[in-house]
Amino acid sequence: MVDMRGIVTRFGSNLVHDGIDLAIAAGEIVALVGGSGSGKTTLLRHIIGLTRPAAGSVALFGEDLLAADGARRAALQRRFGVLFQQGALFSAFNVADNIAFPLRESRVANAAEIRDLVALKLAMVELEPEHALLMPAELSGGMVKRVALARALALEPELLLLDEPTAGLDPDRSAAFVQLIRTLQRRLGLTVVLVTHDVDTLAALATRVAVLGERRILSYASLQDTLAVEHPFIRRFFHGEHGRRALARANGEP
Amino acid sequence: MLSGSWTLRDLSTDAAVLRSRLAAVPPAAQWTLAAVERLDSFGAALLWHAWGQRWPQHLDIAAEHRQIIDELARAGARPLPRPRPFGVLDLIALLGGTLLLFLRHLTDFVRLLGTLVGDLYTVLRQPRSWPLLEISANLHKVGVKAMPVTALVGFLIGVVLSYLSALQLKAFGADIFIVNILGLGIIRELGPVLVSVLVAGRSGSAMTAQLGVMRVTEEVDALSAMGVSRSLRLVLPKVVALTLAMPLLVLWTSSVALFGGMVSAWLQLDLSFGFFLETLPRVVPIANVYIGLAKGAVFGLLIALVACHFGLRVAPNTESLSANTTASVVTAITLVILVDAVFAIATRSIGVPL
Repeated sequence: MVDMRGIVTRFGSNLVHDGIDLAIAAGEIVALVGGSGSGKTTLLRHIIGLTRPAAGSVALFGEDLLAADGARRAALQRRFGVLFQQGALFSAFNVADNIAFPLRESRVANAAEIRDLVALKLAMVELEPEHALLMPAELSGGMVKRVALARALALEPELLLLDEPTAGLDPDRSAAFVQLIRTLQRRLGLTVVLVTHDVDTLAALATRVAVLGERRILSYASLQDTLAVEHPFIRRFFHGEHGRRALARANGEP
Repeated sequence: MLSGSWTLRDLSTDAAVLRSRLAAVPPAAQWTLAAVERLDSFGAALLWHAWGQRWPQHLDIAAEHRQIIDELARAGARPLPRPRPFGVLDLIALLGGTLLLFLRHLTDFVRLLGTLVGDLYTVLRQPRSWPLLEISANLHKVGVKAMPVTALVGFLIGVVLSYLSALQLKAFGADIFIVNILGLGIIRELGPVLVSVLVAGRSGSAMTAQLGVMRVTEEVDALSAMGVSRSLRLVLPKVVALTLAMPLLVLWTSSVALFGGMVSAWLQLDLSFGFFLETLPRVVPIANVYIGLAKGAVFGLLIALVACHFGLRVAPNTESLSANTTASVVTAITLVILVDAVFAIATRSIGVPL
């Protein structure tokens, strides 16, 4: 699905990534974790094609994103959906128009089909039809994320990229949102890449964990194997008080 | 009999053709979807609408595909509410709403003015609470940095005005009246209004956008939460700075515009700089300069107040930001020209040589 090789990123004189290799297979849920400023979100933006690494290659669905020209690139970009950290809903559109926007842009579906598809996506993210006419400014934080997720799913993506999906949600809503992502992932057979700080989210979702630190990938393995890695950052992140409690909670669930 | 992959990506090239071919199938036909490999919700929507939104009588389909279509059908059965069409009643409501909005703007504006007077009283009693740093930063931003652009526009307007007048005056042999026309026109009228329009577009919009973004990012709320008066820190410095800077900008722009006029008059009518400068104070009473400066101060006050008023009304979304910034500039310029007319009437007997 995603194959990154030798990624180098520089911000001015600050070297963020120094030769990162990351391959993500279809059907996996990969969590990118790391300290603040370790370049998790930047790595995600490389995958989306919003930023270009200083060196290295990014292949999406087996095609080189950086070398692809305009139309090819747009076609590749339609094959994934992105949930931005703040939702990034278009504030000039209401909820229904936000979800319908990518469908209208693709010019494949007609108006009646779009209406049904929007209703379906709304139901998928467990929102009511009555919410369709609300403006983004009238939504709560949790609803913004749900609508943004529905919009990301509008074009039937194979790959879903989530930037801090549970940031800014209370624990209850956060757990419900994680549950929703997991259900949708199973039902639609999605591959998911998520950036997160939250051990709860990670423990509930991730099949593999990529730990970023010291400008490279410290470890890329399943959660169980990651826990066994001896590294100061990984120890602090997972075996610190908060991490331990979150893992205990996750294991306590059947 | 359908087969293959029924997904948005694979259908995107020929969905329209397929749609018409599906529509041509008679309703009693036997549908066999067992050979369909993949079906996503778009494919489901395409089929469901081709079937006229009900299940065909004879259908052979895999269970998981049936479930996908069923989910779409159930979601579609609970239709989204549609926005109501615009009617006569809405027109009346719109009219009333506009009027009420205007009244609300007016009361908010007066309230802002009142808060500012209160702030002024506070800082006059406690000289240490003057936001001097902010005032000087704003002075630099709205005054010093505006000098090049106002000079350029002023110079060009001076040249054009002088050139056009010179053409007419030459025909009457009244060459030396160019000094009267330029002196009165620029110092009394054109200078202040020109600077106001430029400053409203340049600094007024910047003030509204800045306050607006601070509202969006909750910086204004953070200030209030710290117990710092937002009007004292954000509004007062802008208003004071622009009220002080505008007369200076008017002086500067009028001078440059007169210089432009002088150059043009010299080239066109052969009037020397010395003659121009000597004649100017004789034909244009000094009162005109005072009127120009007073106009500058009042216009500056108005532009800053309007900009802050609209900036503080911005709701946390991009639409509101753009609407309020536009409204701020348009209102400021309109208000300046209205007040200019009031000035013209109020000072009609002052400084005009008969």
